[in-house]
Amino acid sequence: MADGATLPIGVPIAARRPGGMQRFMRQRSTIAFAMCVPLLAVVISLVVYPAIYAIYLSMLNKKMTRFVGLDNFSFLLGRPTFQMVIFQSVLFAVSAVILKALLGFVLAHLMQNIPGRQQRLWRGLLLVPWVIPLAMSTLGWWWLFDPSYSAFNWVLNAFGGPSIPWLGATWWARFSVILVNVWYGTPFFLIMYLAALKSVPEQLYEAASIDGAGFWQKLWHVTLPMMRNVISITVLFSLIITFANFDIVRILTNGGPQDQTHLFATYSFQVGIQSGDIPLGAAVSLFMLPILAVFAYFVLRGVNERSKEAM
Amino acid sequence: MTAVTGVSRRTALKLGTAAAALPLVHIRSAGAAGRLSVGFWDHWVPGANDAMTKLVRQWSDKTKTEVSIDYITSVGNKTLLTLAAEAQAKAGHDIQAFPTWEVHNSAELLEPMDDVVKRLSAKYGPVNSIVEYLSKIDGSYRAVPAISGSQVKPCCSRIDLFKQHVGMDLQAVFPAAAAMGPGYDAWTWDAFLSAAEKCSKAGFPFGMPMGQFTDAVDWVGAMFTSYGAELADAKGNITVKSDAVRQALEWFKRLMPHLPGDVYSWDDASNNRALISGKSALIMNPPSAWAVAVRDNPSVGEQCWTHPNPAGSKGRFLPYLPYFWGAWNFGKNKSAAKELIEWLSEREQAEALCTASHGYDTPPFQSMTDFAVWANEGPPKGVVSNYQLKPGHNAKASIAAFPAPPEMAVQIYNQATMTKMVARCTQGGQSIEQTIAWAEGELQGFNR
Repeated sequence: MADGATLPIGVPIAARRPGGMQRFMRQRSTIAFAMCVPLLAVVISLVVYPAIYAIYLSMLNKKMTRFVGLDNFSFLLGRPTFQMVIFQSVLFAVSAVILKALLGFVLAHLMQNIPGRQQRLWRGLLLVPWVIPLAMSTLGWWWLFDPSYSAFNWVLNAFGGPSIPWLGATWWARFSVILVNVWYGTPFFLIMYLAALKSVPEQLYEAASIDGAGFWQKLWHVTLPMMRNVISITVLFSLIITFANFDIVRILTNGGPQDQTHLFATYSFQVGIQSGDIPLGAAVSLFMLPILAVFAYFVLRGVNERSKEAM
Repeated sequence: MTAVTGVSRRTALKLGTAAAALPLVHIRSAGAAGRLSVGFWDHWVPGANDAMTKLVRQWSDKTKTEVSIDYITSVGNKTLLTLAAEAQAKAGHDIQAFPTWEVHNSAELLEPMDDVVKRLSAKYGPVNSIVEYLSKIDGSYRAVPAISGSQVKPCCSRIDLFKQHVGMDLQAVFPAAAAMGPGYDAWTWDAFLSAAEKCSKAGFPFGMPMGQFTDAVDWVGAMFTSYGAELADAKGNITVKSDAVRQALEWFKRLMPHLPGDVYSWDDASNNRALISGKSALIMNPPSAWAVAVRDNPSVGEQCWTHPNPAGSKGRFLPYLPYFWGAWNFGKNKSAAKELIEWLSEREQAEALCTASHGYDTPPFQSMTDFAVWANEGPPKGVVSNYQLKPGHNAKASIAAFPAPPEMAVQIYNQATMTKMVARCTQGGQSIEQTIAWAEGELQGFNR
């Protein structure tokens, strides 16, 4: 056996000192790096390489034979349909994230007040939308919205109300896709906010009560400041995921009516894969990258600063 | 140990393995003379894949070639994704099934098929102009029109409702025979409009989709073509500002009030459901809608009759969506690939495939439109006799956006420019001139 712990007998101390390479290999940082190599390999091959390749593709001409720089991006910006896609993606992501955050916050507070065993049951039930594969649950929603046989319309008609063109009229279709996203994403906010609420020390509320603070004052001066980092990270994460949403629009409306529910991902698929213009499709999909990167930078910087202040 | 559910871990593993292997068929021939990997379209019709496997096995035994087949579903655009991935990686199957527009996208990576098409055309007659448009690039065929998966979309109408509300005997006008009956020439888009109005008043509106899925694009494209309404010419010049386009849009403005109000959001299954549920007197579709009606609602199924589409001032056009079989030029066994494609395209094999798909599949040669399957299917007997484009129909195959250059046409088609034009001026409150101006802007973008 000749592992690193074995010392040869009779060799002078000076000669027994490990060499530079050996010392380097024994450093904790080297070992840590070596242990991270498999993860790095996965990240590089499945995240970094595809991202760089997508950037490269977005700078080629339609036939992918010539480098065109940022021409695809400037071309897209001049197209009214793409301008509409930008508007719709922002509307979809921002309104859905705000609604999910608000609903998640309210539900987390309600959940916090439910006693132990029942809370576990409700928590499990409310997580169901999040654990069902989105493509499958969206199909269920599609049946509820179906143009001809909508279950919602059946109920409305039963009460004497008119049928609603859930997926056929612009604003109803936009409402429907946002609704499904909110239904799907709220449990994520709920669980994150609930974990954050549980970590707020009870003494803070007790101290606030002694000072005569009411519910809203405790919420504003205790709960929200203590949850600020979680809220920031959750909103950032959800915003990125929601901007990249594909399944809901693809299944419910296919971008219609008249392209008025397309998001970056669905429009990118239509342009890149279905219409055979992969560079333009790549450009569409990368469009939000710089904006989201700047947003992420400021959010994460804020989180870091607050963490340092707390230490 | 058996789990509480009664399914052991070993059984679950076996099931999982079987499920994972399901779309892959491996045919090993004794003394294999080479290997061939094939990606065929995963057929909708139960049993059609089995017929294909059986045929390939015959060929494999004959040529001593080892063949593996993947049946790739078009659900979720998996065929398109697979093609894009293999084209990027320059690796994958030797033979691939290419949906309608995909031959052009991958032309430089496909083995020329001129010799195969030439030999097949010599035996069975010329391929139609749409096949040439979609697969002949720079004077060379890059793929062969496939039997499996190719489809046309004629009318499928209700015999009883047309008799009762339109006063038209579908089986007399469109008999299950080589020649059409009296009154056939009067089956125009104006007659269609009049019938749509009558059936709508009777509570059975025509199920004509107007969304962004292919069924909508196909029938609207055929209607535009039959009025000579082209969005762009063969050279890519934008020709949307024309009287023919205005005339077509005017016609749609008259039709849309007689269709269900929700057709703007219909997908490719919505029209099938409208027919099968008994709510609609006419749709345009392959025989799948009728076949499901026979199974799920027999009283509707036995009243269905497939017949040619109406004619416009420029002729009668039938939406045609061919699949193609192509061989990658980076494939490892190109000669065997071409041999298999040619063998599958021969009459005997074509008939076996069409029969197995209950008449759904469409051969590219008019000389093959006389297979017994179309005359024999029922009820009612002869229901799909007029599914294929026969000489007596005096019609032509068409595809929406033809004759625009394919790289432009594929965008017109997939981005549903025509149905969006109709929706803008019938639902969106725009005038015809505003709609045309919008389309012109879109087309300029497609022409970059």
